[in-house]
Amino acid sequence: MTIAPPVVHTAPPAASSGGRSGSVTWMAWPAVVAFVAFGVVPLIGVLLLSFTSWNRLSQDIPFTGLDSWRTVLSDPQLPHALWVTFLIMALSWLFQTPISLLLGVFIAAQKRYRSVLAVLFFIPLLLSQAAISITYKALLDPNFGLGAGLGFEFLQQDWLGDSTLALCVVVFVVSWQFIPFHTLIYQGGIRQIPASMYEAAQIDGANRVRQFFSITLPQLKYTIITSSTLMVVGSLTFFDLIWVLTAGGPGDATRALAVDMYQRGFKADLMGPASAIAVILVLVGLALALGLRRLGGRDASASQLEGV
Amino acid sequence: MTTLMDKRDVSRTERAAPRKKRGLGLRHYNYLGGLGGWLWLIVVLLPIYWIVITSFKLQSDYYATNPLVPPSNPTLENYRFVLENDFVRYFVNSVIVTVGAVGPAVLVSFMAAYAIVRGSAASRFLRGVNGLFLMGLAIPLQAVIIPIYLLIIKLQMYDTLGAIILPSLAFAIPLSVLVLGNFVRDVPKELFESMRMDGATEWGTLWRLAFPLTRPALVTVTIYQGLTVWNGFILPLILTQTPEQRTLPLALWSFQGQYSVNIPAVLASVVLTTLPILTLYIIGRRQLLSGLTAGFSK
Repeated sequence: MTIAPPVVHTAPPAASSGGRSGSVTWMAWPAVVAFVAFGVVPLIGVLLLSFTSWNRLSQDIPFTGLDSWRTVLSDPQLPHALWVTFLIMALSWLFQTPISLLLGVFIAAQKRYRSVLAVLFFIPLLLSQAAISITYKALLDPNFGLGAGLGFEFLQQDWLGDSTLALCVVVFVVSWQFIPFHTLIYQGGIRQIPASMYEAAQIDGANRVRQFFSITLPQLKYTIITSSTLMVVGSLTFFDLIWVLTAGGPGDATRALAVDMYQRGFKADLMGPASAIAVILVLVGLALALGLRRLGGRDASASQLEGV
Repeated sequence: MTTLMDKRDVSRTERAAPRKKRGLGLRHYNYLGGLGGWLWLIVVLLPIYWIVITSFKLQSDYYATNPLVPPSNPTLENYRFVLENDFVRYFVNSVIVTVGAVGPAVLVSFMAAYAIVRGSAASRFLRGVNGLFLMGLAIPLQAVIIPIYLLIIKLQMYDTLGAIILPSLAFAIPLSVLVLGNFVRDVPKELFESMRMDGATEWGTLWRLAFPLTRPALVTVTIYQGLTVWNGFILPLILTQTPEQRTLPLALWSFQGQYSVNIPAVLASVVLTTLPILTLYIIGRRQLLSGLTAGFSK
């Protein structure tokens, strides 16, 4: 899962005397070296590799210009992968946002049993995506899984064998894991809403539903944007889960961008095109993150600065 | 993964104070929310319940009995089978990778966070470093996995635990710096001043002042990054090859491929890989949850 670039807030200068800063600069070096070596250099590397036809079996990396890009951009697999990625993104947003929002409202209240629930809600976040996918794969088995146990006809389907259903399963399993996290974000956001607003609304005779739509939702605007950014940008990089659950199948029904990259690079030994896909992945992610930040508008950064 | 963008709620203390009053006027119980909350609890716990009971079933029972009914004659056979299949080795590998990556990552991040907070005002370099890590948050690991693979081969580290450790370490840094920086920034300037008056070096101040004051944040960041590395899948998948170097998530996956007919055994291995994390969560949950809400929505 990736992290969206956060709204940049300039750090308030804390150092006192200018001349002394030389003595702290070295402390930043180990972190910088480590991150440049495995974060920044590879980022440049992936762009360079997209202009080669490295096949990972040979030592030399032949430069082939735009060949990989031509291959990728003319391949009907790319629009498909983009479409699948978009579907997973949109559906998981639609599924996760209302549930996390409502659960957030629910557990934000000061009730003891609700904080116990919050603790249990968190469990899916602890499990590895490999473990979760393996579990759901077995759980959804048409003959021996949950469907057979509950006896509901509609649950006894070949969930992972049907294109549409497999995509829905991916969306559900992703949501199952990440709803707890977004619930936590919303819980935090809701607790920031001044109680006086609700009191005023109550005096005016607004009922609970009205309060939710007139106070809670508008006040959560930036929390919703934050949570959505994380969901949307994070969904670009779903790999573990899809790979273990469906391996991109059936056919290429769940072959999202990250899976497509892995297939091309590490299964088909075509590192050039795979790198081009990786570059596209980064660009789409950046565009989405910036776009969502724009949604927050000017007042977003204004209100974010006001507390600093 | 964080509410890093939520900078607006810094005035938490002043706003949080009157919060308790809320709810006084709400006389009726929130039935709808209650229903939804309990329903979601079932959605969360049902698969987990199913994993646990199935892992104690004989393979023949698995096919013959209702999946939701606990086994009539529970067996530890599946656990014995898994433990005999090198589970201990994978577990040790996972521990080495997690400790080897997260320990140094948190240490260097803490130093960098301290340097950024203390030195940014005077040093253009440190402001650049700050910007670098903010941008770094946006780089997804998956997108740079191919050059990392190439780099690891060139370093002749392919198929070693070090190959997993180095990138995991690097990718834990940006977020850690950001969170720890937010906490170091909260240390009152007067304390730094008085340390300086006493003739303490920056290194001494880092350890004797900033370290104890940011310890809760350090614990939270360590737990959080530990979880990420422990559950990591794509790095071991791409950077290792032999079973000797597998970590738990990868072992789980290959185990599933190998013994897909023996679902109870596969699920027993899921239980075994999850158990350490759940135990840690039960012990450190207060720290983790409060750290997540406080530190990450800072």
